[in-house]
Amino acid sequence: MATYRRINVMDNGGVHVVHFVDKKIVDSGTIEQLGDELTGLVLNEKKNMLLLNFDSVEFMSSAALNKLISLNKKVKDAAGQLKLCCLRPEIAEVFKITRLDRVFDLRKDEASGLAAFKL
Amino acid sequence: MNIPPPMWKCDKIIPSELDAGHASIDELMNALDSAGWQGRDVFHIQMAIEEAVVNAIEHGNKKNPSKEVHVVFLVDQDSAEMTVTDQGDGFDHHNVADPTEEERVDQPRGRGVLLIRELMNEAKYNTKGNSVWMRKVRSKDEPDEG
Repeated sequence: MATYRRINVMDNGGVHVVHFVDKKIVDSGTIEQLGDELTGLVLNEKKNMLLLNFDSVEFMSSAALNKLISLNKKVKDAAGQLKLCCLRPEIAEVFKITRLDRVFDLRKDEASGLAAFKL
Repeated sequence: MNIPPPMWKCDKIIPSELDAGHASIDELMNALDSAGWQGRDVFHIQMAIEEAVVNAIEHGNKKNPSKEVHVVFLVDQDSAEMTVTDQGDGFDHHNVADPTEEERVDQPRGRGVLLIRELMNEAKYNTKGNSVWMRKVRSKDEPDEG
């Protein structure tokens, strides 16, 4: 089983809930590692029902957003589902400004995120 | 009589390395904290300056070690001004493709100019497009210290 440094992953009834280790996702090395770990979930471990929980994330740069966009494409290619939850208002505002709120399925909390999966 | 604390100023030349860029951003964040800034305004400034500095290093100077980035930050209790200038060729900031259009919204790049304009009260590029000046006015509804 893979070990992760930037994320924690828990299986919740077939949906893998991802929590982030870093409060601020800014550093380029951190972002690269995060991107690799998220991609590895889908491509290597075949976990393509993913709920990303941002409750601990205070800030993320657009370079981190790019990793999420890349992940979203990989999940779609694998016929999976990707949802995001618990974004603080400032981060949700960035999704709205960039219209990425149309690309990603954003949910208020983890319970509503889990409930939105079609398993 | 209340005497406002002096304006903090940082004027420095940094190498075209992301670590150096982030170190200068950390200085700015500390100055904002010392001047009593908090919450949404600080997030907006961090997002915008992150875009400007990373763009200057990665896209302006293309991480060329012989090129540098000039950053100037001015912070007081009411406003923050940031200028970031690189030694690259610049870009036509009047004709940047709209990253929110349907065919581009899921592309990985091109959001920096949009975010800076939306999150700052004012943002201006020089004619060449290798220098951006931006200003954030502290929101009235931000809670006061204490």
